[in-house]
Amino acid sequence: MIEIIKRTNIDFMGKRYIAFIVSGVLSLVGILAIVAIARGTANLGIDFAGGTAVQVKFDTVVTLHQVRAALEGNGIKGADLQDFPSAKKVLIVLKKAGEHTSSSTSPTSSPTLSSIEKGLSDKVIEALTKGFPGNKITVDSISEIGPKVGKRLRVDALWAVIASTVGILIYVGWRFQFSFSLGATVATFHDVLAVLGFFYITGLEINLILLTALLTIAGYSLTDTVVVFDRIRENMRVLLKETIDSLINRSINEVLSRTLITSLTVLLASIALFIFGGEVLHDFALAMILGVLVGTYSSVFVASPVVLLWSGNKPLIKKQR
Amino acid sequence: MKKNIKWRFSLIALALVASFIALLPNTPVYKLMNKAYRDYMPDKGIILGLDLQGGIYLVFEVEGDKAVALNAKRTASGINKLLLKKEMKAEATVSGSEIIIVPASADARKVVEDAYPTLTAKESDGRLVYTLSEKEIKSIKENAVDQALETIRNRIDQFGVAEPVIQRQGEGEIVVQLPGVKDPKRAIDLIGKTAQLEFKLVDDESKLAAEVPASVKPADEEEFIAKMKEKIPEDGEILFERHTSKDTGEVTKRPYLLKKESLLTGDFLSEARVAIDSRFNTPYISVTFNPEGAKLFEELTGKFVKKRLAIILDGNVYSAPVIQEKISGGNAQISGSYTMEEAKDLAIVLRAGSLPAPVTLLQNITVGPSLGSDSIEAGKRAAMVAFLLVAVFMAFYYRLAGAIADVALVLNIVFLLGAMAAMNATLTMPGIAGIVLAIGMAVDTNVLMFERMRDEIKLGKTPRAAVDSGYDKAFLTIVDSHVTTLITAAVLFQFGTGPIKGFAVTLSIGIAINLFTSLIGTKAVFDYLNTSKEVRNLSI
Repeated sequence: MIEIIKRTNIDFMGKRYIAFIVSGVLSLVGILAIVAIARGTANLGIDFAGGTAVQVKFDTVVTLHQVRAALEGNGIKGADLQDFPSAKKVLIVLKKAGEHTSSSTSPTSSPTLSSIEKGLSDKVIEALTKGFPGNKITVDSISEIGPKVGKRLRVDALWAVIASTVGILIYVGWRFQFSFSLGATVATFHDVLAVLGFFYITGLEINLILLTALLTIAGYSLTDTVVVFDRIRENMRVLLKETIDSLINRSINEVLSRTLITSLTVLLASIALFIFGGEVLHDFALAMILGVLVGTYSSVFVASPVVLLWSGNKPLIKKQR
Repeated sequence: MKKNIKWRFSLIALALVASFIALLPNTPVYKLMNKAYRDYMPDKGIILGLDLQGGIYLVFEVEGDKAVALNAKRTASGINKLLLKKEMKAEATVSGSEIIIVPASADARKVVEDAYPTLTAKESDGRLVYTLSEKEIKSIKENAVDQALETIRNRIDQFGVAEPVIQRQGEGEIVVQLPGVKDPKRAIDLIGKTAQLEFKLVDDESKLAAEVPASVKPADEEEFIAKMKEKIPEDGEILFERHTSKDTGEVTKRPYLLKKESLLTGDFLSEARVAIDSRFNTPYISVTFNPEGAKLFEELTGKFVKKRLAIILDGNVYSAPVIQEKISGGNAQISGSYTMEEAKDLAIVLRAGSLPAPVTLLQNITVGPSLGSDSIEAGKRAAMVAFLLVAVFMAFYYRLAGAIADVALVLNIVFLLGAMAAMNATLTMPGIAGIVLAIGMAVDTNVLMFERMRDEIKLGKTPRAAVDSGYDKAFLTIVDSHVTTLITAAVLFQFGTGPIKGFAVTLSIGIAINLFTSLIGTKAVFDYLNTSKEVRNLSI
């Protein structure tokens, strides 16, 4: 029998105050991210904000500086650029219709509020063709999203968050007694906020695919928590005289190896996706990696301490009688 | 006990065969098969999403308000013809969606309401005001969307796209998916063009005609319109012909002073096709009117000989030839400066008919075929690496039990793909991510069981007892740990866009199948090992 971790005896609960500070900071950044999203100052993807994105593949590698110069030389300003040098690809993002080209739009194509900026993607491709003569350009993808669709996707995203939160709360509330439900819920929110916060402070794009990752993290976050909780519940039935904190410590130590291994397998899959999955899934895989790590941490250092905090540190035997 | 194991193994074998059959259409074997056999096989398998096979996803909105306004305009002109025929001195005009008849009279009212029984008037200040009811407005908008859907379907059919998806979404939106089409600009032009063809008379007799210049620079167009606005007679309007110089590529616009009334429209067309002008070797479009249209065309050409007739599409003049003589037979030519490709597309839209109202493009997602195949390659590689990493880890850490889990993992993937093929589910790039994650999550179930078994063995139980109680005790934990992931997958399926739906599908099927293989499959293997010989040591 190979064991990564031999029988451990770590005082996890003793470190709960340090954990509370760390988790508090992580959650706070996440909350700041939500405020920024609500105020429209976060780096929202075009699927939420509306706009145009063009991804092109070059024959020979170019620098972002050259791309920017080519775009600006043809009157396209304010583009966000992202490159994937290994694949010779550049992603050009122009957010919100109607701000990027200088005045010369013909009156016949005056864009109504709901429509997308006509021909902007063509202009981008034209500018690059002109700017890089002799470098063959393949258009990988074009996304043009009008403000109306952007708004609808934002509303849908909000509903998705609400619906999954309610769904998880109902299930957890049904399966566990109150202090455990509370612990699991706090841990779940903590994980999602931490990953969202990371994307916010690093300036990575907050888009539909990140939302998908966040909801998946919310669902998966419970996996580790459930493993720990089940053991705590089991031990509570047997070890009636023990104080709650030592009982929780014992339970976590007992299941520590499986908590780590279940996370490790998903982590391995996410890392494979991050390295080999191509640029489309890059950020998704990054979010999953962070989510799995923080989810493992939170099942030990957030979910369980919340149970302890709520139940009070007394032996169960007095309650049971 | 033994019987029970046989039953479980047969179930697994059956699922395996079913998966392979469902997956047949996705393999090269399918193409080699005799057609007679193929008829008994599933024909679709897993469908690749637009993000993987390349293609165009468009969302249009039908401008319902304009459809209502157009409808009011048509009704008003019908009323005017009626009033003229009855020699009544009253005229109908349109304001928004209201039709106003001045002066009001009981006779006029009777004439109108006999012909249009759905209209009821309000009389005020000597005017008759006809307002469309909410219900009528709604039904006009409904019809406009239905008609637009039909027309767009027609155009795409004639353009020739394999397996397009054209469907209605919400109140007034139309979603068009064109797999394999590469040029979004052309597709958008083809689908989004209103294609309202009109024939109007050029007003050369007005005093203003002399003031109309031969060309206007596009930049000065607005200024020009503003300048002319006050001078244009009430029954006239100015429209432009666009001209692109072949040598310099410079665009100029030639203004025409026209009579507002359209003498004939594209509704009377029966055929439109591309023809080549042998003198200049340039394409033009030859249109044929239906019998009613041919009669109208003959009448109007007879009436306006030596005058210029402007041919207008969506408010742009294409040409304005002088009518040399009365034209019978119902044929006309639409020439203009366009490429062969543009001419072909124009003929298609004219044949397929005009949209009942203009449409606006809300969303365009175009994925080139190279990105699609890059994505598939990347997805395959990520899935392979994920599988290898996880499988090697399991076999190393749990030994024989780990190897059994690895076999289960392979089964899992086959079943997952098989189930998707059986459901004709769409595989998208995020869907591939779902499969890769499912690989990582699938072994979790086995990890939880194996750890439980280790607990039991440490307590001194025999291997058989350890397997049984390990499975029993881990069962609830396993279900609990998966249900919440299923909840979020269900939510993502409900609210997600196409690619995200693909993720939700693969992840949730992956989890469901994982429960099946580990609770039935791996358990059966352990039971078999335990019954076949009395195992002293469980390799775990």
